[in-house]
Amino acid sequence: MARFARTIAHTPGCPKKRNRAAAKTRWTLRRGGLATAAMTAIDPIVWNDWHPVAARCTLDPARAHTTVLLNQPLTIAIDGAGTITARRDDGGALHQDERYGLVWVCLGTPDRPVLVIAEADEPDRPAVVVGAVAVRAAGPRVIENFLDLGHLGYVHAGYLGDDPHTRVLPYSVAALPQGGIIATGCRMYQPQASPAATEGFDVEYVYKVERALITCLYKSNPLHRDRFDVIYLFVQPVTETTSVAHPLLLCLPDGTTPQGLRAFQQTIFLQDKPILENQRPARLPLADGADTPIAADKSSVAYRRWLSAIGLTWGVIPAPAKAARAA
Amino acid sequence: MILYDAHHLPECYAVRLFAALVGAPLTLVPVDVYPGHEHRSDDFLARNPLGTLPVLVDGDTVWTDWQEMLAALALRHDAAWFPAHDPALIGWLGMARDLAASLGLARLIDTFGAPGDAAAARAHADVLLDEIERRRWFGERAGKVWVMPQAHPTIADVAVFVFIALCEDAGLSLRDRPALRRWIDRVRFAPGFIAMSGVFPPMANVTR
Repeated sequence: MARFARTIAHTPGCPKKRNRAAAKTRWTLRRGGLATAAMTAIDPIVWNDWHPVAARCTLDPARAHTTVLLNQPLTIAIDGAGTITARRDDGGALHQDERYGLVWVCLGTPDRPVLVIAEADEPDRPAVVVGAVAVRAAGPRVIENFLDLGHLGYVHAGYLGDDPHTRVLPYSVAALPQGGIIATGCRMYQPQASPAATEGFDVEYVYKVERALITCLYKSNPLHRDRFDVIYLFVQPVTETTSVAHPLLLCLPDGTTPQGLRAFQQTIFLQDKPILENQRPARLPLADGADTPIAADKSSVAYRRWLSAIGLTWGVIPAPAKAARAA
Repeated sequence: MILYDAHHLPECYAVRLFAALVGAPLTLVPVDVYPGHEHRSDDFLARNPLGTLPVLVDGDTVWTDWQEMLAALALRHDAAWFPAHDPALIGWLGMARDLAASLGLARLIDTFGAPGDAAAARAHADVLLDEIERRRWFGERAGKVWVMPQAHPTIADVAVFVFIALCEDAGLSLRDRPALRRWIDRVRFAPGFIAMSGVFPPMANVTR
């Protein structure tokens, strides 16, 4: 099956140039021979990107933090002076950075820096690291769940939605110029939109996916209803079907303490966790028709199609070449 | 009564849940255990030198043991939940502590990155779940719907429920444990039941 797909991708006249290039790259890596087994199998899109692996505030000088990124065991240590060192347990090279209170690692060759978040520079938005939560689900599934408006009234009943206000009104989805997607005009009645909310109100949302495993939302603040709170979700790909979610809050001051914000967001994410862990197949299927989407799933459909277009293979079941051509 | 609470810990949930079941009002004070480590702060250690949660305060009385809190709330609000005359209660509360040290530990390691040997903790929990399933299966056939022989549910049900209901977070499953699933649903439909994240309320759209 894999060989068949490769043949199609190399057929002259195949309209998906980027797919063809991606297929070629994977082929070259596989033929490398001398590279480690892990390297040859990993999708270059995630291998050459930056991923969060720890939050500074959870690192303990008395005990190194161990984690796994793209099947590679890592050890992250902090010394008494606050210097953080990330190492691959197999001694391989890595690139390390620190942004937004998180330690970022790139195992391959980074072709761009860690995502720049303009709101993180606004002085009245302190960055609050929520605390990583490990989830037995593929990274793309975690992102897709974050984009989903349909589940709010059920999974987060009493907080981010409620019966009978479960209807998802029409919204717009467009491509972002630098790649990725944006969903605008999303509205949802929320009884408890955030810890500061004292009454239910119609919350306006904008969702963005800027990289394959990074998503964010802008939602109306209960006090400053003309400005938005920003919530980022960075997904650390552990294995193809397990992940660590690193949410980051960039919220406007509304009297809520960082502790209150963290507890609220953890409560919400832990409500999603059992849902995510029971989704089948474990890897996100990208073929059109693999699921039966409804209008409310517009952003999910756009996300899956974008992943297909860039040729992501990590944590997904790629669309057969024929379906990719039709899209 | 004031409950110093961490929303994600089963021991804290046990006290919140039991207070709701017997109608005891609680004032919750959230403590940022993860990732804030507030339970290691001087302020918190002054309240509870063990640095554990939950902590229940009523005037000058401070409880730091979650099972003792269940007993205290039962004695105050509805003693039918606390059959102190039955030695089996000691056994079940011990079982709940064993679940905390196995299933609860595996959950903290797997989900919140706590240190420890998740595989060993999970293996121990697996044995305990099989044994509880066996007891429940035969219990049902003898007409016993709760873990203790009494017709009324007890604090033992609450104490083991809060771990078993979260077993998927520890990489364990109730798929092949049907008697446990039926008992879980019985607890979920008890009047006054409240959920926590990871535990489904009886109906998705019945709020908190």
